Amino acid sequence: MNPALSNPLLFAVMAGLLAAVGFGQSWAVALTILNLCLISAVMALGLNMQWGYAGLFNVGVMGFAAVGGLATVLISKAPVVDAWAAGGWRLGLAALALLATAAVVVAVRRWLGPGPIRSLATAVLVIAGYFVVRIFFDPATEAIEAVNSAKTGYLGGLGLPVLLSWIVGGLLAAGVAWFIGKVALGLRSDYFAIATLGISEIVIAILKNEDWLARGVKNVTGLSRPVPYEVNLQGDLWFADFAAWLGADVIEASSIFVKLCYAALFLIVLLIVVALSERALNSPWGRMMRAIRDNEDAAEAMGKDVTRRHLQIFIIGSAVIGIAGAMLTTLDGQFTPGTYQPLRFTFLIWIMVIIGGSGNNWGSVLGGFLVWFVWIEAEPAGLWLMDVVTSGLAEGSPLRAHLLEAAPHMRLIIMGVILLLVMRFAPRGLIPEIMRR
Amino acid sequence: MTDFLDALVLLANFVLVPGVTYGSQLALGALGVTLIYGILRFANFAHGDMMAFGAMVVIFMTWWLQSLGVSIAPLPVALVALPVGIVAAIAMSLATDRLVYRFYRRAKAPSVIYILTSIGVMFVMNGIVRFIIGPDDQRFTDGARFIITARGFKEATGLHEGLAIKLTQALTVLVTLIVVVALFRFLQKSRTGKAMRAYSDNEDLALLSGVSPERVVFFAWLIAAALATIAGSLYGLDKSFKPFTYFQLLLPIFASAIVGGIGHPLGAVVGGFIIAFSEVTITYAYKKFLRYLLPDSWAPESLVQFLSTDYKFAISFVILVVVLLVRPTGIYGGRSS
Amino acid sequence: MSFLIGDNMTGGYGAADILHDCTIAVELGEVVVIVGPNGAGKSTAMKAIFGMLDLRGGEVRLDGDDITKLSPQERVRRGMGFVPQTQNIFTSMTVRENLEMGAYLRTDDYSGTMEQVFELFPILKEKSRQIAGELSGGQRQQVAVARALMMEPRVLMLDEPTAGVSPIVMDELFDRILEVRDSGVAVLMVEQNASQALAIADRGYVLVTGENRFSDSGQALLDDAEVRRSFLGG
Repeated sequence: MNPALSNPLLFAVMAGLLAAVGFGQSWAVALTILNLCLISAVMALGLNMQWGYAGLFNVGVMGFAAVGGLATVLISKAPVVDAWAAGGWRLGLAALALLATAAVVVAVRRWLGPGPIRSLATAVLVIAGYFVVRIFFDPATEAIEAVNSAKTGYLGGLGLPVLLSWIVGGLLAAGVAWFIGKVALGLRSDYFAIATLGISEIVIAILKNEDWLARGVKNVTGLSRPVPYEVNLQGDLWFADFAAWLGADVIEASSIFVKLCYAALFLIVLLIVVALSERALNSPWGRMMRAIRDNEDAAEAMGKDVTRRHLQIFIIGSAVIGIAGAMLTTLDGQFTPGTYQPLRFTFLIWIMVIIGGSGNNWGSVLGGFLVWFVWIEAEPAGLWLMDVVTSGLAEGSPLRAHLLEAAPHMRLIIMGVILLLVMRFAPRGLIPEIMRR
Repeated sequence: MTDFLDALVLLANFVLVPGVTYGSQLALGALGVTLIYGILRFANFAHGDMMAFGAMVVIFMTWWLQSLGVSIAPLPVALVALPVGIVAAIAMSLATDRLVYRFYRRAKAPSVIYILTSIGVMFVMNGIVRFIIGPDDQRFTDGARFIITARGFKEATGLHEGLAIKLTQALTVLVTLIVVVALFRFLQKSRTGKAMRAYSDNEDLALLSGVSPERVVFFAWLIAAALATIAGSLYGLDKSFKPFTYFQLLLPIFASAIVGGIGHPLGAVVGGFIIAFSEVTITYAYKKFLRYLLPDSWAPESLVQFLSTDYKFAISFVILVVVLLVRPTGIYGGRSS
Repeated sequence: MSFLIGDNMTGGYGAADILHDCTIAVELGEVVVIVGPNGAGKSTAMKAIFGMLDLRGGEVRLDGDDITKLSPQERVRRGMGFVPQTQNIFTSMTVRENLEMGAYLRTDDYSGTMEQVFELFPILKEKSRQIAGELSGGQRQQVAVARALMMEPRVLMLDEPTAGVSPIVMDELFDRILEVRDSGVAVLMVEQNASQALAIADRGYVLVTGENRFSDSGQALLDDAEVRRSFLGG
């Protein structure tokens, strides 16, 4: 079918599915799903830039999303003045020690020629520097974490508007990506994948353990939001009137209104990202990226600086993922490092890109929507299915109980099977990359 | 003098014994990964969940045997159940190869495609294991717990510190030793083993020599599935079985295989112990150890711990990343293309 | 009738043909050398005879049998040995194991063959337990040839066996190849070192852009002024 017909059709089907949930379950649920679909779409767009445009096998999506989430804390939370007083300056000294170590290592490396002596010297200096930094770092963090550890125990943020954190999340992710890219982009695909997976796990480990930064596993709750609070809406006269006019319950209406506000914000971000991506894709720069992806050796022979291009794309894609991560944390209202699991935050996004159609922006958007929808609805659908399947069994039967309890895990199987089927029979995805001459 | 011995015993108890045990578990896992990489040429992201699957079958068989009153005390019944789990895992591996990977082998797909499909297989296997046995902790050990108890050791030697060795720890090391020796004999001496090594070394030349690729692939899955089941079961016996942990183990296992030189079985074993000991020694708090060795005035106040135990997994990742950057071909010079 | 003949071969690796009506023949007990400028299709011709690419036209016959449709492994079974130019040994395996892999398809006792091969290449016997990858370039080439000989082939095909080796090693390699010929094997060789190769060849083919240009005895080609000027650098 002509893509001009099939693409809108696919999106219409997607809208239909969401509407079905709205009617069948509830509009609040449908909107919650929609919001996460929008966020997932942005994440998929970011990954698509790296994989679809440049062929970079980034299995560390989770890390960038988490870094974006961190930004919301660092930007929007009020600074904990006592903590800064207790440990701030010592932390500063630790930072200085870190920079000094880095400077010494760089200088020594430049002074010594390549060879085993330089590697040994680097190792020794890095280890020594590590201990020197720890001398300042440990008492600093201890002091910070001791300040009212039940409620704070960390440095807090800058107390700026939360929407700013979305941009900063992107920047922070871009910074991490620059560092990773500089260091790992020379590796070939499967090693790059393992390296990015490893680095993302390290990032999460740091976020979980460095309480002074973002409270670690104690989580940061009560993040400020860019939309009204339901409680406030319920108290507002104009809203109560509006709800009454609609014939809806005030509490329900407030919940839906808030979700719609989020949806609007996310949609704006999504459209901006798509617009910029499409522009980039169709530009000479985009064509060059794809030329490099398709034949790296030829491109290099033609004088293109492949590594620099790869770094560019890696940074930009990661920035987009960071923005999505910040959006997600804002929606959640809290920063929970423990929720960042590779399955949900990395591999699921990969499935979105593959199924949607790698190399195609609208494909990624559709993939983001569809895969998230299936992922979320597979749980109640699985339960319903199990209910039907076990309806023949007795009420208290242990088999029935086990099957009903195990039903949610079916979505893992469903997702895996879908990925395998798509990769085998429709490897270019639902909305394939448009091949240009 | 006793201070010195106490220090040694302390180190043995908290570093040596756990390190050797964990190293054995990683070695078995890394052997499976490295074999698949050498023969099928991709990093199998589903290997951790294959370990979980094999262990799961062993657990069910063990529970059934236990319910029948079967016991081989002091050894755990799980050992009897192990062959059943191995057979199940082999069947599962061959099925996934036939249904998923064989198509791409015929199409000569790039390794990235294999990894993506192995991610799909990972989802499916993960789901199956959680569906059947659930996501929670499962215990299936029985038999004696300790070979040497801490108290028994202290009474026997009169030392302050006790050395405890669990039966499962000794079992892990012993089984690993047997398996590794058997595997290496197979690879070194048997015709199929040599064919596998040849195929891994130089595929085109091996094909030219008449090696049948499907046969080599068959044996690779066979051995990898068996290794995965044994590793998964031993880990579950020693620590506990929880589906989630097996994916987490995947990264230290990849690290072990790569550090040793991916595609090289000896490297997998060596790498496993390097990673295990790095994790254990870097996160151990040496305070007590130093207190035994140093004169009182020098005794340390702080824990003397390089990194907190929270960062245990991060250590293997850091080592992995460093190796990938500095010497991606690993110790035994695996393949680099 | 030739023992092995690639008759009027036309074909290539993909859409474009590299060989055009190219004919290469070799008898038992003779050394035939294929020379020509770069890109002439020398290696392609040999690979076509070995079945590593599909021919659009022409056929390959071994001892009268049409083997055009057979896979390379099948041809090995029929008695054709092939020594690739690069990656022609198992670098992680010992010399002895390389030879064992050479005899992989044999179901009989091949220790006699191994003895003969060690007689031909005494240095390999000395280093039989060493890892092949650790040997020098020339020794590795010996392993490569020895590996192919383990099947006791009736035809031995070598793709640029002296590429990148020193003159002394090349001489020694050629001596061995002549010994192989003397045992009754048909030897077909692609060579870049044209003059030295033609000097030991019974017959030679000069290929240019995938076609036969000159075919004659090795000595005659060496003596031919035109051949010498164009392809042998005077």
